[in-house]
Amino acid sequence: MENIVQKINNLTIGFTSQKGEQISILKNISTSINKGETVGIVGESGSGKSTLALAMMGYVKHGLYTISGECLYHSNNLLDMNNRDLENIRGRKIAMIPQNAGQALTPNLKIGYQIDEALKLHTDFKKEDRDKKISELLNKVRLPSPEIMAQRYPHELSGGQQQRVAVAMALAGNPEILLLDEPTTGLDVTTQAHVLELLNVIAKDTGTSMVYVSHDLGAIARVSDRVIVMYSGEIVLDGPVRGILKNPIHPYTFGLLKSIPKLTSPGLPNSMSGSQPQPGIIKSGCSFFDRCNFAEDQCKSNTPDLEYLSDIKTSVRCFKYRDLINMKETKNDKIRSLNNNILENEILNISEVSITYAKQKFLEQLLNKTEDSNPTVKDINININKGETLALVGESGSGKSTILKSIAGLLKTKDGIIKFDKDIVLSNDLKKRDPANLRAIQLIFQNPDESLNPNHTVEEIVSQPLKLYFGLSGSELKQKIIEVLDKVRLGEFYLTRYPRQLSGGEKQRVAVARAFAAKPDIILCDEVTSALDVSVQAAVLNLLQELKEDFGTTYIFVSHDLAVVRAISDRVAVLYQGRLCEIGPSKHVYELPSHPYTEVLLGAVLEPDPDIKPKLVAEDIVEEKPPEQGCSFQGRCPRILGDICKKEVPPWQMGENGNSIRCHIKVDDLKKQQTIN
Amino acid sequence: MFLLVIKRIFLGLITLFIVSLITFVGVEILPGDACTTYLEREAYGAALEACYERLGLNIPSYERYISWALGVFQGDFGYSLSGEMKINDVLGPRVKNSMVLASASIFIGIPIALLLGIITALWRDKLPDIIISTITIFSMTIPEFISATLLILIVAIWLEWLPGIVIVPTGASISELLPNIILPVIAISMIMTAHMARMVRSSVIQVMASDYVQMAILKGVPYWKMVFKHVLPNALLPAINVVALTIAWLLGGVVVTEVVFNYPGLGRLVIESISNRDLPVVQALAIILASIYVTINLIADLMTLILNPRLKSLQIKK
Repeated sequence: MENIVQKINNLTIGFTSQKGEQISILKNISTSINKGETVGIVGESGSGKSTLALAMMGYVKHGLYTISGECLYHSNNLLDMNNRDLENIRGRKIAMIPQNAGQALTPNLKIGYQIDEALKLHTDFKKEDRDKKISELLNKVRLPSPEIMAQRYPHELSGGQQQRVAVAMALAGNPEILLLDEPTTGLDVTTQAHVLELLNVIAKDTGTSMVYVSHDLGAIARVSDRVIVMYSGEIVLDGPVRGILKNPIHPYTFGLLKSIPKLTSPGLPNSMSGSQPQPGIIKSGCSFFDRCNFAEDQCKSNTPDLEYLSDIKTSVRCFKYRDLINMKETKNDKIRSLNNNILENEILNISEVSITYAKQKFLEQLLNKTEDSNPTVKDINININKGETLALVGESGSGKSTILKSIAGLLKTKDGIIKFDKDIVLSNDLKKRDPANLRAIQLIFQNPDESLNPNHTVEEIVSQPLKLYFGLSGSELKQKIIEVLDKVRLGEFYLTRYPRQLSGGEKQRVAVARAFAAKPDIILCDEVTSALDVSVQAAVLNLLQELKEDFGTTYIFVSHDLAVVRAISDRVAVLYQGRLCEIGPSKHVYELPSHPYTEVLLGAVLEPDPDIKPKLVAEDIVEEKPPEQGCSFQGRCPRILGDICKKEVPPWQMGENGNSIRCHIKVDDLKKQQTIN
Repeated sequence: MFLLVIKRIFLGLITLFIVSLITFVGVEILPGDACTTYLEREAYGAALEACYERLGLNIPSYERYISWALGVFQGDFGYSLSGEMKINDVLGPRVKNSMVLASASIFIGIPIALLLGIITALWRDKLPDIIISTITIFSMTIPEFISATLLILIVAIWLEWLPGIVIVPTGASISELLPNIILPVIAISMIMTAHMARMVRSSVIQVMASDYVQMAILKGVPYWKMVFKHVLPNALLPAINVVALTIAWLLGGVVVTEVVFNYPGLGRLVIESISNRDLPVVQALAIILASIYVTINLIADLMTLILNPRLKSLQIKK
């Protein structure tokens, strides 16, 4: 028997609704954490995974309370302990690494103070020893020059650095259990991969048990020994990572894995219909019943129990798991391939575009000085054909959204010309653009919560473009709204709903409907799926693809997620610090040889498979500004040649497969170097 | 940082200049002028001419503006109309009286407001919060002329503890004023404290719900240490600007309260000089009130800048 450090028995946590009903967020959770083990808790938003993680520290959020059950740490129930005793356990025995370190570090206190606070509380070191320990900890999480770092305020650090500080703070008390709540969500791919590797090293070195909460199966696969899958407040699957990710025996996990786009298999992933039920709605039966492809009558009336299968050391909550065990590879993935009708007809031409955020100072305006030799975005040349999907990828700060805003007219360009439909030059000034051209280019934003007016009904939202561009009114308008909503699979009864009454996926559908209502030629998609859960993301991607095939629309698709881009785009442009690095057909951009930056990005992508390790070829330094001269990627390039990269802007070279690479290294040399590793 | 202060002072001066222009032009374009008001029905012929001559109203208006503005710049507001007194002599004691009233309210009201706000936030939805919040909402909604009148009725007339209205002369010394200001201070503090306490409460609640406070709790930081180190410095930052506006409002004269209690402060002077059409005094008051607002806001902004490390380093970078 292994050594159990934490045990949760029949834990139910909930709240009392306004009607006085008791509604459970967590339902009857029982599991345990062993010494030195890393457990991944995975689930989509609203599955109760964060509530569970917080309960493991004896913390229940304002408004929630424990209905029944206990959470034992070495036979002490954390949930009925007083604050004084909890203070002795928190940070010292069980420490937390929060989701968003940027918000979890107190803004008015220096980094050093915040780590020192944990040390003061949980160790009896003297002042000098503590100072030494702070440097040691900052060193351990690989932060450069610890002494200087300790004197900084949280906002002076980059996202990855903040996350490392949070790790250092958690390690300060030398805890037995580390709880990690989505610690890498919101970080760039390369930073995420580095932080995860760091966590792996720490787990190995210190023998600490870790509980890793995430919606990202790729990250879970990298760090966990065991995985717990949660759905609607219940554990539906609990077992060793390989078994769960390779042969998922619960229909939810099965569907979830199918809905993740993968680098290795192009085309759109399968989507799962529906969404997770709101807490309190399901009274009896399996909570996954509505979305399940394997469901039968008993699933609706009877609630399945968590059943332990000793042969594969896995617990599963499903009546039909045997079907899934036996199915294994028989059912082939129905991956939808892109079927775009691309015409040899240039619809958008971006030439020599530069964009700067630098504001002219009053004096410079007087002297008519406009020179900003180092603009945020520079030398962008891209043509897009009608019916094509072009993706712009890059990490945060790569200028991908900036370019999108300039095409839409929301941001002025500094230099260069954007031409629409061969010969129409799109004005820099939104007010000077022809209404027809405004209609032709529509935007879909990242977060539908912010892009839909909360005081408008769905009908009002979708009616705006119809009234504005086509002057529709009355029954004609209503007919058209219903038609447009039907295209995005929303029924007529959605007309009177407000955005807050819709789920994340439905909201994004409304946003898509609004864009399509204008009958645009080009739709600019700005990270449209990043705020959505994986299963919903697949549905939205499929919807976008169907609409495109129906209407022949052109997409410019901005994303930081390389797998999503691989799934939906015909052509990819890779950007770093506002400069193009590589552009070409997506199939070929994702193959080596490629630009060193593309190589770095591809290496850092996490697949939901514990046997695929990321290749970390470059440091995850954050550069605030593009370099004044030379190649934009010189600061991080693992294959830097020397002075030439620092002084001269690299030339465009044709790659092997129709992709263009902007690098000083010859394509043949790149190929040799990249195949060795 | 230094440059920023200079820039802000410069902007403040421009604001004052614009305010002075607007009040001057406003007074100019109003039908009638100081002399017609003063002379009333005799405002014609030689008497009017003589009055213009005496007050210097016969010179072109821009010249008058310049000489007036220069005077103001040197701290001389000219002569008041009704009593033909120097405006400085009229304003001096009034400013002092308003300062006395305002500082008493500030020193009593603001600490109480902060305390109540913090208590209600920390014991959110529990008994102390429910009681205090009910009282604050109540005292926020009762208009000051009602609460002031009630105070006079209860404390001064029924109980006869304190004087009901202020009967000391305008130029009275502070010790003479003191017993008289107790009731006005209570009346003012009731509304001001309630407003500010609500503001502080929501600000503290917001910070208490933040990720970094949750993190501090999960780190094992003891409750009160967490409150003082992690919560309050961040929660009270936005309160600075509200406090500043309240102080400016107090210094600018709390018109209703001053009138109800017959208190000889700036607020009542505003009412009096407007009803007497004593335009030079109105002009002077506009400038004084504007400069109070400008100065106090400048101080508040600088304090926020100093206390918020985020803004501080942003400024340094620039």
